[in-house]
Amino acid sequence: MDGYAGATLRIMTRTLFEKCWTPHVVADLGGGYALLHVDRSLLHDLSGARGLAELAGRGLKVLSPGLNFAVADHAVSSAPGRTAVSTEISARLVPALQQRAAEAGVRHFDVNDPEQGIVHVIGPELGLTLPGLMITCGDSHTSTHGGLGALAFGIGSTEIAHVLATQCIIQKAPHTMRVRFEGQVPPGVGPKDMILHLIGTIGTAGGDGHAVEYAGPAISMMPVEGRLTICNMSIEFGAKMGQIAPDDTTYEYLAGRRFAPKGAAWDAALAHWRTLPTGDGAGFDREIALDVSRLEPQITWGTSPEHACGITGRVPDPAAAPDASRREAWAAALDYMGLTPGMPLEGLKVDHVFIGSCTNARLSDLRAAAAVVKGRRVAAGTCAWVVPGSQAVKRAAEAEGLDALFRAAGFEWREPGCSQCVAANGERVAPGARAVSTTNRNFVGRQGPRARTHLASPAMAAAAAVTGQITDVRKLGGGT
Amino acid sequence: MIPFTAVSGPAAPLMEENVNTDVIVPAERYITAKRDEFGLHAFGPWRYREDGSENPDFLLNRSPWRGAPILLAGRNFGCGSSREGAVWALNGIGIRAIIAPSFGGIFASNCFQNGTLPVALPAETVEAFAAIARAQPEAPFTVDLGRKVVMPPNGAPVPFEVDELRRQSLLTGLDDIGMTVRRLPEIAAFQAADRLARPWVHDITDGDIP
Ligand code: SF4
Repeated sequence: MDGYAGATLRIMTRTLFEKCWTPHVVADLGGGYALLHVDRSLLHDLSGARGLAELAGRGLKVLSPGLNFAVADHAVSSAPGRTAVSTEISARLVPALQQRAAEAGVRHFDVNDPEQGIVHVIGPELGLTLPGLMITCGDSHTSTHGGLGALAFGIGSTEIAHVLATQCIIQKAPHTMRVRFEGQVPPGVGPKDMILHLIGTIGTAGGDGHAVEYAGPAISMMPVEGRLTICNMSIEFGAKMGQIAPDDTTYEYLAGRRFAPKGAAWDAALAHWRTLPTGDGAGFDREIALDVSRLEPQITWGTSPEHACGITGRVPDPAAAPDASRREAWAAALDYMGLTPGMPLEGLKVDHVFIGSCTNARLSDLRAAAAVVKGRRVAAGTCAWVVPGSQAVKRAAEAEGLDALFRAAGFEWREPGCSQCVAANGERVAPGARAVSTTNRNFVGRQGPRARTHLASPAMAAAAAVTGQITDVRKLGGGT
Repeated sequence: MIPFTAVSGPAAPLMEENVNTDVIVPAERYITAKRDEFGLHAFGPWRYREDGSENPDFLLNRSPWRGAPILLAGRNFGCGSSREGAVWALNGIGIRAIIAPSFGGIFASNCFQNGTLPVALPAETVEAFAAIARAQPEAPFTVDLGRKVVMPPNGAPVPFEVDELRRQSLLTGLDDIGMTVRRLPEIAAFQAADRLARPWVHDITDGDIP
């Protein structure tokens, strides 16, 4: 076989994952471990500042400052008129990140920078995220960037210091898994429902030890923002990395983005990107297929993202759990959530609605929510927030009048950041309050002590806001 | 990093599944605590009552499991966020080894950066250990990394697998940074070659600046 045919065959029979991994291997460390080059390292105010401090503590310098980018998102207040020092937590973290980033020569997007936003929203938006790149961030939802075909994963703060000092990371090659979403989702159902359905069906450890590639017709037809939502929750599926093969949808999204390559560099990059998709003959360690053509809007009932079901579903009975440990977990979850076995989810009174986070705070998410809210008002007794994912999302939404629509309906329209997704900035859901959130984690205490979180899509969250209860958005005739 | 060779002592059977990092250390604590204070916040949502007093029902508040060096846990322990503070919190209350059927991937990586050993064993084995721990709470287990075995009290040693790279770094106390800074020349050579192959990766242009 001549060299060209051999190379073609290798491209045909390798997965997207393998084609992204291999060019980054600086050294093979044996036993499946490799020292890998990190093309973009993203830092945020919680872990990034710790990573920079850890580095300084060891007397080391940032090796390639130009490949690192920092942003304030977790600790910042989302209150209109906020500054870096609006809250005690923010005052403690945000100026420190700014200072350390400046000392290290790392580009930093400060709290009111026109490009500020949640790190996993601004990476794609600015064209920092590109197909085939190796991306790390001290944040488990770094998997989000896989929606553009990058190989991206979360790391801890010692590993951040490692990346800063060496622009490399040590990883063991994961197993590979392909999840195919067959069919097209019905109206009122979207990317968030698909990923919740996957996690609810297979479990939060389903992707453990695997790099997941999402594929199938429902993915190919999906715009980039939905793909980011799917890959975002790979970590809730137990996988550090989730990816979608780049295609024309990807390239159209990226063309002209601020830090994306231009001119000849774009042409060279594009030629490379086109070689990345999984070849027809490539094998995966595991394959899963899910038919989504009859999928219902999803909602979680418990305290793990795998506690998800369709909106017409009922709260399960722990007595029917498949094993003893799940029986205990379900019972504890129902107790925490204030639910009883067999009760319908629809109709539960909702105190709080949060539309935001790196999962669902992009323009298409806000549009989907707005489509439901239009012509309606937030129910009496329900408090509802919209926290756009970035300044750019906020500007674009305001240009379309979405802010006015939400405000007129009784929503709070706030400043970009993580906000109530993790309550790290002190913005919490009240103890005992029931919230419908477009976020990714319904853990005990995640949105504040004793807060009861139901995860759902932006359309479902909007439906909960305007009815004051968990509602099937399809009955309101809205949502995507 | 403190090397890990072997630890012996009581093993606390905290057998819940999917114990996540928000429970191990809530985000707000992660922000404000100094690195050596994390132990105070370990399992805060379970360990303390709303008035801040200790919850006497919580396993790790009870003798002999308070300060136990070994934790027995359910599947997918440490799932959730990437916060390394979860490992610091466990270390802060004396835990050096965790035995569970599976772990959150980033959590396991973080353990290896902090002289802490995650031991993956089949669920039945962990359950059997938990039964022993409940029946004889004081009896010491030993986790021996040199021999790659867990020795339950009065039982036969149970072998476990751990990647050699991780084992060596724990035994020597050298974390990844210590290993990789020796390779900086190799990294420089890689970057130089890669800049030619994938220029768009290394030469980032800011489209807003003409
Ligand atoms: S929005 Fe939530 S999940 Fe996303 S990065 Fe922020 S805290 Fe993490």
